[in-house]
Amino acid sequence: MTEPKRSNESPPAPTSGETLKIRIRGLMKSFGPKRVLDGVDLDIQKAESLVIIGGSGTGKSVLLKHIIGLLKPDAGTVEIDGVAMESLSNRELTEFRRRFGMSFQEGALFDSMTVGENVGFPLTRQTQMTAAERRDRVEECLELVRLSGVADKVPSQLSGGMRRRVGFARAIAVEPEILLFDEPTSALDPIATGKIEDLIDELRKKVTIIIVTHNMQQAARVSDRTAFMLAGDDRIGRLVEYGETRLLFTNPRDRRTEDYITGRFG
Amino acid sequence: MANVALPRPVENFLLELGRFTQLVGRLFAWTPRPPYDVRELFRQMVRVGLGSIPVVLLTALFTGGVMALQTFTVLRRFNAESYVGTLVALSMVRELAAVLSSLIVAGRSGSAMGAELGTMRVTEQIDALEVMATDPVHYLVVPRVWATVLTLPLLVVLADALGVAGGYLVSVPLMGANPISYLHASFQFMDLKDLFSGLIKAAVFGFLIAVIGCQQGFYTTGGAEGVGRSTTKAVVLASIAILISDFFLTRLLF
Repeated sequence: MTEPKRSNESPPAPTSGETLKIRIRGLMKSFGPKRVLDGVDLDIQKAESLVIIGGSGTGKSVLLKHIIGLLKPDAGTVEIDGVAMESLSNRELTEFRRRFGMSFQEGALFDSMTVGENVGFPLTRQTQMTAAERRDRVEECLELVRLSGVADKVPSQLSGGMRRRVGFARAIAVEPEILLFDEPTSALDPIATGKIEDLIDELRKKVTIIIVTHNMQQAARVSDRTAFMLAGDDRIGRLVEYGETRLLFTNPRDRRTEDYITGRFG
Repeated sequence: MANVALPRPVENFLLELGRFTQLVGRLFAWTPRPPYDVRELFRQMVRVGLGSIPVVLLTALFTGGVMALQTFTVLRRFNAESYVGTLVALSMVRELAAVLSSLIVAGRSGSAMGAELGTMRVTEQIDALEVMATDPVHYLVVPRVWATVLTLPLLVVLADALGVAGGYLVSVPLMGANPISYLHASFQFMDLKDLFSGLIKAAVFGFLIAVIGCQQGFYTTGGAEGVGRSTTKAVVLASIAILISDFFLTRLLF
């Protein structure tokens, strides 16, 4: 394979006065013959909100799954607080994940449990809360996503958008240090979307948040920084551009970013 | 990197074997670790055992009956009809109850495990477990495997009883054998070793069924179609594993 030209390469933006939370270097991943990530470098600071944006099939979710160690890279490293995820044993990784919360594209709710048990699951597994405390926290989280009163329903009784919001509530239940959201608001109505974005906006002051989305307005609203991924013949699985959201949207350096933003692509 | 191309079936076999070994390793590593979910273990035992009882009993009853019919016709040629009971009882207890019950459980529960875990895999529920600091092997595979290991021998005890009863029902009312001497013949040559060897086999088969079922579910890819494939493979591979391991267990135990 010929090495594609890397013009306009954006090095991880230097930051001062902040602490590095996540450091990604040279991340490579292929599934069979298909290369999905091809040397991704990314730095994410503590209490920073980063949006990973790009068209479908550009490896956004795959990148997210590497950050939480659900996938192991073929090459490269993901360090969280200086600990390389790929060096951890299975058991260490399970322990390490206590600092994470994640919501999945389709919600990924346990369909053998009620909604309340779903949201309470991380509380049961990761905290010493009593049943009453758990119940309160579950109700509180469901209320945050405007779903109070559904705790006794089972996931199959909910709409796709509602399931997504329950997944969001489950992710934030234990108040983790790092939150990963995979398309948190696709399939949500504008009001629910607004509510989730307000929540993210509230959370980003305290915790590190990484959001995968292809919604640019959302990226502009909830992120400090944006990483732009683009599928193309030559640059598949790479970051096209990475920097402060405001700058990237108002003054994109790469033409493909500009095309995406102005809607000429994707 | 050296790439040695192996024939496809060999490659697939090695892949499955590798996954099986890995899953068994993780199973044993996680089993002693808390929290112990006894409720889930019992729930799985009920799922594996209770639903299988009618089919297992029916199968054992008729197999015992057929065995009696067959052996009666053969043994009569040697004037050895009095040993029908012995043959039926020993065959059931040592061999048939365990193998037949296990094949039924493979079809019922092994497939269900493949489908359930497969669906959880393709809908990212297994990823969600991992994300919430819960090892999926600990949470899903450990209770399923030990529940099956504990339940299958119980089913086999029932199958043993019904198999002998099936033989009795054919021999005594139908063929006119003497009830006392038939029962005497059934248990005359049986010792506890015969019974236990059947139960040990059942436990091993239970282990294979559950591990293979969970393994197929665990490594499912490709959506609904993938779940279907996993379910089929769970049954087929478990059945093959039962039949092949039966040979080696029989060599080992007798």
